[in-house]
Amino acid sequence: MSDPTLSFDEAMEQFDPVLGFEVHVELNTKTKMFSSAPNAFGDDPNTNVNEVDLGLPGVLPVVNKAAVESSIKIGLALNCEIAESCRFARKNYFYPDTPKNFQTSQYDEPIAHDGWIDIELEDGEVFRVEIERAHMEEDAGKLTHMGGATGRIQGAEYSLVDYNRAGVPLVEIVTKPIVGAGRRAPELARAYVSAIREIVKNLGVSDARMERGNVRCDANVSLMPKGATKFGIRSETKNVNSLRSVEHAVRHEIQRHAAVLAGGGTVTQETRHWHEDTRTTTAGRPKSDADDYRYFPEPDLVPVVATREWVESIRAQLPEPPAERRKRLKAAWGYSDPEFRDVVNAGVVDAIEETISAGATPAAARKWWMGEIVGRAKVADVEPAELGVTPEAIVELNGLVEGGKLNNKMAAQVLDGVIAGEGTPTQVMEARGLVLVSDDGALLEAIDSALAAQPEVAEKIRGGKVQAVGAIVGGVMKATRGQADAGRVRELILEKLGVNA
Amino acid sequence: MAEITRDDVAHLAQLARIEMSAHELDRMAGELAHIVDAVKSVSEVAAPDVPATSHPIALSNVFREDVVGHVLTPDQALSGAPDADDHRFKVPAILDEE
Amino acid sequence: MNELITSTANELAEKLSAKEVSSEEVTQAHLDRISEVDEQVHAFLHVNTEEALAVAREVDSIRAAGGDDAAALHPLAGVPIAIKDLIVTVGQPTTAGSRMLEGWMSPYDATVIKKIRAAKLPMLGKTNLDEFAMGSSTEHSAFGPTRNPWDLERIPGGSGGGSAAAVAAFEAPLALGTDTGGSIRQPGAVTGTVGVKPTYGAVSRYGAIAMASSLDQIGPVSRSVLDAALLQELVGGHDPFDSTSLTDSFDTLVSAARNGSVEGLRIGVVKELGGEGFQPGVEARFRDALEMLRGAGAEVVEVSCPNFRYALGAYYLIMPSEVSSNLAKFDGVRYGLRVLPKEGPLTIERVMGATRAAGFGEEAKRRIILGTYALSAGYYDAYYGSAQKVRTLIQRDFDAAFAKADVLISPTAPTTAFRLGEKLDDPLAMYLNDVATIPANLAGVPGLSLPGGLADEDGLPVGIQLLAPAREDARLYKVGAALESLLEAQWGGPLLSKAPVLGAAKTGEVN
Repeated sequence: MSDPTLSFDEAMEQFDPVLGFEVHVELNTKTKMFSSAPNAFGDDPNTNVNEVDLGLPGVLPVVNKAAVESSIKIGLALNCEIAESCRFARKNYFYPDTPKNFQTSQYDEPIAHDGWIDIELEDGEVFRVEIERAHMEEDAGKLTHMGGATGRIQGAEYSLVDYNRAGVPLVEIVTKPIVGAGRRAPELARAYVSAIREIVKNLGVSDARMERGNVRCDANVSLMPKGATKFGIRSETKNVNSLRSVEHAVRHEIQRHAAVLAGGGTVTQETRHWHEDTRTTTAGRPKSDADDYRYFPEPDLVPVVATREWVESIRAQLPEPPAERRKRLKAAWGYSDPEFRDVVNAGVVDAIEETISAGATPAAARKWWMGEIVGRAKVADVEPAELGVTPEAIVELNGLVEGGKLNNKMAAQVLDGVIAGEGTPTQVMEARGLVLVSDDGALLEAIDSALAAQPEVAEKIRGGKVQAVGAIVGGVMKATRGQADAGRVRELILEKLGVNA
Repeated sequence: MAEITRDDVAHLAQLARIEMSAHELDRMAGELAHIVDAVKSVSEVAAPDVPATSHPIALSNVFREDVVGHVLTPDQALSGAPDADDHRFKVPAILDEE
Repeated sequence: MNELITSTANELAEKLSAKEVSSEEVTQAHLDRISEVDEQVHAFLHVNTEEALAVAREVDSIRAAGGDDAAALHPLAGVPIAIKDLIVTVGQPTTAGSRMLEGWMSPYDATVIKKIRAAKLPMLGKTNLDEFAMGSSTEHSAFGPTRNPWDLERIPGGSGGGSAAAVAAFEAPLALGTDTGGSIRQPGAVTGTVGVKPTYGAVSRYGAIAMASSLDQIGPVSRSVLDAALLQELVGGHDPFDSTSLTDSFDTLVSAARNGSVEGLRIGVVKELGGEGFQPGVEARFRDALEMLRGAGAEVVEVSCPNFRYALGAYYLIMPSEVSSNLAKFDGVRYGLRVLPKEGPLTIERVMGATRAAGFGEEAKRRIILGTYALSAGYYDAYYGSAQKVRTLIQRDFDAAFAKADVLISPTAPTTAFRLGEKLDDPLAMYLNDVATIPANLAGVPGLSLPGGLADEDGLPVGIQLLAPAREDARLYKVGAALESLLEAQWGGPLLSKAPVLGAAKTGEVN
C-alpha cells in the first residue's frame, strides 16, 4: 500500500526540503579492510574468507594500509581535513551478516572531516555541498532470503549467509544538512551521488559500479515550512542504489512528507525502504533504543596517525579532479558549451573519452554516443554505458560507414544488433546481410526503372531543377531496400541525365 | 545504591541478546546495582584534564600491505556451522525488519 | 615419583639433548601421570595422546639421525606442554570452558601454537579454565572445577586453574596461560607454581579467544623461573597478525633467569598492595621474602601508588565492556552451540537469545550485562570513559614508582587457596582476589608470581609478585630467579616437593 503524496509542485509551494546523504563507497583494494582475504566480487559463496572475516574465536584485525591511503585520497578529493590522529571504534549490534556482531568502524574520530564539493546541475547552476566526515569501516556479508514469495525478508523461511563481502573496505561519506536546493533537490541528489561516484572512480580507489553495490546511498529528507530555519523530522531512505533511484527517492519522500505535514500530521523518524518497481518507499524500523550501538574505541587496533608528509605525498599522487578534467576535455575535443553539457548530462564523458582513445575522432565519438546510443539507453531505461557497446565496436562501426560499406541507416541496424549481443559490427553486418549496393551496374538498372516510372520528374531535372533528384533517389533506395549508397545513386542519376550538379 | 530496575536489565539483556527469565532479571538487577556501587568510584578521580588510555602500550600506524594471503576452503569455513546449505550459513528467518 | 615428571623443563631439555632420555619416554610419563591423577585434579579438558606421542617420536628420530636437523632443534624440542583451552588449536577441540563452544574445532592455529609446533613441543592437551577466562577459581568452567593439588577441596585459582594445577600436579612441566587480571599469576600463587604475565604485546594474542582485548596477554606457567623464561622466549616476539604486538626483542629473558641477582637493585614495596584484606600468613611470607632480598644486597624501599585503589573499579568496567563486545560473536550462526527457542516464532533474533541464554554461564552473563550497561548511551562517560582515565592515573603511579624502584613487589593474591564454593555466590568477594594483579594489566606492565612459601595458618602456598616497567620483562626474570634460589636454599628444594602426594598416595590409602 502506498502512502499519500502531494504533487511535487504543491509540496514546493509550501515547504523547503533539507537533504543529507550517507554514501558508502566500497574500495577496490586487493584485500579486505582487516584481513588478507581477497576483496573480489562474484565468486562462489564463502570462498574469499579466512578466520578473520568469519569472526572465528581468537582472531584479530590488522588494518590494510592501501585502504587507509584510499580513504585519505577520498578525503582530500572532498576538500576535507585529514585527521592527524584517528581511531577505529566498534559499533555493536547483532545481525547475522555481521560476523563479530559488531562492525569495526570509526565514531568520534573519522579520518577525514569538514570538506566540501561543488555540484554542477544540468544547466550549469552550482551548489556547494558540505561534507561532515568520511570514515573507514568494513562491509557486511550478504544475506539471501529463501522460501518467501518475493525473495525479501518478509515471508522468508530462512536466510543463507555468504561472508565473501564481509570485511570489504568501505568509506562512508556523510554530508552536512543541505539546505536551499528547493525544487532542484531531486536533481541535486542525483548529481551529488553522481559526483561522488565520478570522484572515487577517477581516484582509482573504487570500481564505483552502482549495480554491484560499490556505491550505495542512504538519503535523508526532511521538510520545513517555507522560510523556516528549524529542520523538520527526517526519514532515512536506505540503499538507494542507482542515480535515477536517488532522484526519484528524494522526490517521492518530499511528496510523501509534504502530504503528511500538509494534513497536519507528524513525520515519523524512521528508516524507509526504496522500491524501484513502484518508485515508492515503505516504512522500515523506527529509530529507537535499539540504536544504542555502544561505540567504544577498538582495543585490537591502534590509532592511525596521518603525518603531514604522508598526506602530502598522497596529495601529490592525486589525479586531476573531474571538474578540471572536464574543462580540459572540452577544449581538447573542440565541443561547444551546449554540446559538452549535453555530453556531461548524458553521462557519456568517459565513454566518449574511451572511444576517442580507441581511435575515433571527437566528432565521430559524439555522433555515435549522443546521436545513437543515448537515445537507445533512454528507451531501454538504463545508463548508456550499460548497453554494452564497447568503444572498439563504435570505432569499427564508424569505419564501416566511412569506408562506404554501410550507410547511416544500415549502421543503426548494425548497432541494434551489437546491443542485442549478435556480435561485432562486422559480424552483425554479415549475419544480417546488410551490404551497401555500390555496384554501378546494379544501380543503373534500378535508376533506369525509377526514371521510367517517373518521367515527369526526369524532365524537371533535365530542365535544371536539380533538387527534384531526391524523388528518383528515393525510388532507387526503395528498390534496393535501402542498401544503396545514396550519394553514388545521386551522382549516377545526374550523370545519366547529363546535368551538372 | 545504584538504581537498576528489572526493566533496565531487560533492556540490557535485549541489547546483549540474552533471553532471561523474570527471576534472572530480578537477581541480575540486584547484583548489578551492587557491582556498580563498588566500581562507580572511578568517576571521582576522572578529572576532565586526565586523558583516557585505551591501549596500555601506545602504538600507532600498524598496517598490513595490501597483499592477498590465505583463505579457508568453504568446507573449513562451514565446518563449525550449526546449519548450512549450498556452501552458505543457514539461519532462521529474520523478521525484525520491514 | 618418577623423576621424568618432577624435573623442570630445563632439566628435561638437557637430558633430551644429551640423549639420556627420549621425548617419547618423557611424554608418555606425563600422559601416564595425567591418567593417574587427573580424575582427581581435573586439570585437563582434552588429552592429546596420539599427537603428543607422534611429535615426541618425531623429535626423537630427528635427534637420533643427528646432523643439521638435530642441531637446529629448539632447546625445548620434545619437552611436553599443556595449553589453556582458551587458545585455539587445529586438531584438538577448543572450548574456552564454555558450553557455547563444546566440541568446536578451530580451522586455524593461534600464533603461539604455530611456534610450539615449529619448536616441536608435544602438546599434552587443553587445560581447564573459568568460562571464557572469567573467574578466579576455575569454578566457572562449564565442565566442572579443577582442584588444587595441595588440597583437593580448594580452588586452584583462576581463570587458568587448569594450567597451574597441571604443572603443580606434575602432569606437565610447562603450560600456557592467559592473564587478563591475574589469571596466570593468581593460580600460580595458590598452587605454588611460577606464572608470568609478559608486557602487553610481548606475546601475540592471535588465537587466544579474547576476553578483554586491551588487558589479555598470553604467558608461561611453570615450576621454575628459568622454565618460564624459556617458554616466554619461545612463544613471544612480534606477530604481524596482532596489531598490538610489540616489535621490541625479548631475547635476553633466559640469560636473565640464568644470572639471577638483586645486588644493588632497588625493590619497591607498594604500600597499597597489602594490609586490610591480606591474610596474615601471606603477609608473613611476604615480609620474609623482603628480608631475604635485603640480605642479598637489594635496597627495599616503600612506594605509593594512590590510584591503585581505583584499579579494581576501572578493571570491572573496562573488562566487562570489552567482554560484552568480544563475546557478541557467539550467536549460533557460524559455529558453536545453537539453541532454538522453546516456544514462539523461530526468528534469528530469538534463536540468538536462546542460544546465548543456554550457552553462557552465570558469570559470563553477569559480565556481558555489566559491560552492556557501562557502554550504553548516557553511561559511557561516567563508566567506561572514567575507567579509561583511571588507567592513565595508574600508569602515572607506575611511572612514579619505577622512578624510585627498579622492580615492585607485593603478595600476588591476598589469600591462599579458598575452599571450592566459598565465594561462588559473592561475585564481589571473588573479584577481590585480583586486587594486586589487576594494576599490571591496566598499565600493560609485566608481572611474575613465584612461590613464597606456605602460610602458617593453613600450610598452603603463598605467591610473591614482582612487577617491572613495560618492556623490562628480563628484569623480572633476573630478580625472580635470584629470589627463587634464595627461597629454595632455605626450603632445601622446590616448594612443590612439600605438596601432598597425589594418585599414588590415594592408591596407598586404598591399599
